[in-house]
Amino acid sequence: MVTTLVTILLIPLIIGVGLYFKAAPIIENQSLWQLITSSNWAPSKGNFGFWPFIAGSLYVTILSFILAAPVCLFAAIYLTQFSSSKLLQFMHPVIDILAGLPSVIYGVWGILIIVPLISDLLAPIFNTNSSGYSLFAGGIVLAIMCIPYMLNMMIEVFNTVPIGMKEASLSLGATYWESVKHVVVRGSYPGIISACGLGIAKAFGETIAVMMVVGNRIQVTLNPFEAGYPLPALIANNYGEMLSIPMYDSALMFAALLLLVIILLINLVFRYFIYKTQKR
Amino acid sequence: MKRRKIIEETIFRIISAFAAYSLIAILAFIIFIIFLKGFRALNLDMVTKIPKGGFYYGGEGGVLNAIVGSLYIAFGATFIAILVGMPAALYINVHLIRLRRTQNFIRYLLDALWGIPSIVYGAFGFTLMLFFGMNASLLAGIITVALLITPIMVRTFDEVLSTIPKGLHEATLALGSTNTEMAFKVMLKQGFSGFITAVLLSFGRGIGDAASVLFTAGYTDLIPVNLDEPAATLPLAIFFQLSSPIPEVRERAFASAAILTIIILIISLGARYLSKKYSKTILR
Repeated sequence: MVTTLVTILLIPLIIGVGLYFKAAPIIENQSLWQLITSSNWAPSKGNFGFWPFIAGSLYVTILSFILAAPVCLFAAIYLTQFSSSKLLQFMHPVIDILAGLPSVIYGVWGILIIVPLISDLLAPIFNTNSSGYSLFAGGIVLAIMCIPYMLNMMIEVFNTVPIGMKEASLSLGATYWESVKHVVVRGSYPGIISACGLGIAKAFGETIAVMMVVGNRIQVTLNPFEAGYPLPALIANNYGEMLSIPMYDSALMFAALLLLVIILLINLVFRYFIYKTQKR
Repeated sequence: MKRRKIIEETIFRIISAFAAYSLIAILAFIIFIIFLKGFRALNLDMVTKIPKGGFYYGGEGGVLNAIVGSLYIAFGATFIAILVGMPAALYINVHLIRLRRTQNFIRYLLDALWGIPSIVYGAFGFTLMLFFGMNASLLAGIITVALLITPIMVRTFDEVLSTIPKGLHEATLALGSTNTEMAFKVMLKQGFSGFITAVLLSFGRGIGDAASVLFTAGYTDLIPVNLDEPAATLPLAIFFQLSSPIPEVRERAFASAAILTIIILIISLGARYLSKKYSKTILR
């Protein structure tokens, strides 16, 4: 029994070491800083600059966060403070199914709904042309995928705020909303931030759904109607040809290692915050 | 002053209610669109035939290869995850019961493990595969997906086990049983509802995940009969066929999406129903 547990806990270490060994040639060959900040991507010439991919990942992640966070916050407030417990009972399966739907389903939905919506409706409003396969589409699909994760955590966080504190605030003459705003929300600040952080980590590593709607063109742009190319999509798209070009496999494994390290770090930090708040 | 407060409260109440109800609308919208597109293409051929003339260019046939491949991989991976995950979860809640800090630390690590994206597991599975000199195959897919779902299995099962009252431990130990006897004879039965939830949840994750099998399981038009043959999977069937230039093939992708959604819905609702059913007989 103890061996199984130890094996499971060693998985991230084994993955990290395995990926590092594969990525070692490229890390030795070029400086880490240059790999991350250079935007020159030409595998056949031996140029590996990851900046366009990192920038693409950051862009869709931040966009999805901006779209998802307010919805989650307000929905969590409503479900824990205002609504009847019956609605919460009903919402649990809804959230579970949203979280359980495979990412490829979100991708199909994105292609059917979001992509045409952007190319036919939103882009003309802003006077631009867009095929619809864009950073914006990736952001929207990611936002919807992250909502159930963030919402679940926020509901848990709000439930740990003692009712007595809210009652104390009400008895001092505050209105109900004021109590919610100043006592419940402020009291669970670290928890809310952690939930957001974990949502961001989830969005950062999401692969298939984003890849299907984001357009996959290598460029650094700030225009949300342009196509982008996030880091996970790079790995997923090129595994077939990576063995035929020297250093290419090592570069892709470096990308995977980068994802692992970033996401594991975010997770460890924010999970720590959540444990702190739950102990209180 | 008072009126301003009332207006503020009303506004925020409406905003938050809107946010909460919009989630139901989003879920309904997604499922509606997938079913609308999928059911038009779904027929008996889809679920009983393998694609004719290649999955990418051939317009005839169905996606039986992907359905069977997905089920093989999900069942295999869930089986491994049960073998590894169930004892681990029991160990946390039986042998480590007096070490609260260790328990919490392990849960913390498991939660962090849960967050690792599946593409990283996929990349790692691929390096592992090359290391052992294997090709993309059913076995490689099963191992990679098992790695992905084991933390989920442990943590979900553990969540239910941790709610079992301590008095039950003490009573069992007082009757002279060993820790291991307690784990498998008492805790497993008491936490059975959690076990079912954990198994179904992991199964759902395993069958729906695309990024981890993309490198490792490969893709084929045939139904695999051996562990070393490549296997098609439903998520990849959707992903590949959707990019095909031929409309009939794209229709097949939509049908696969509907099939996958139905499977996930059955698993989700089934997990809820079964966990309710089995938690009735639990001692509290």
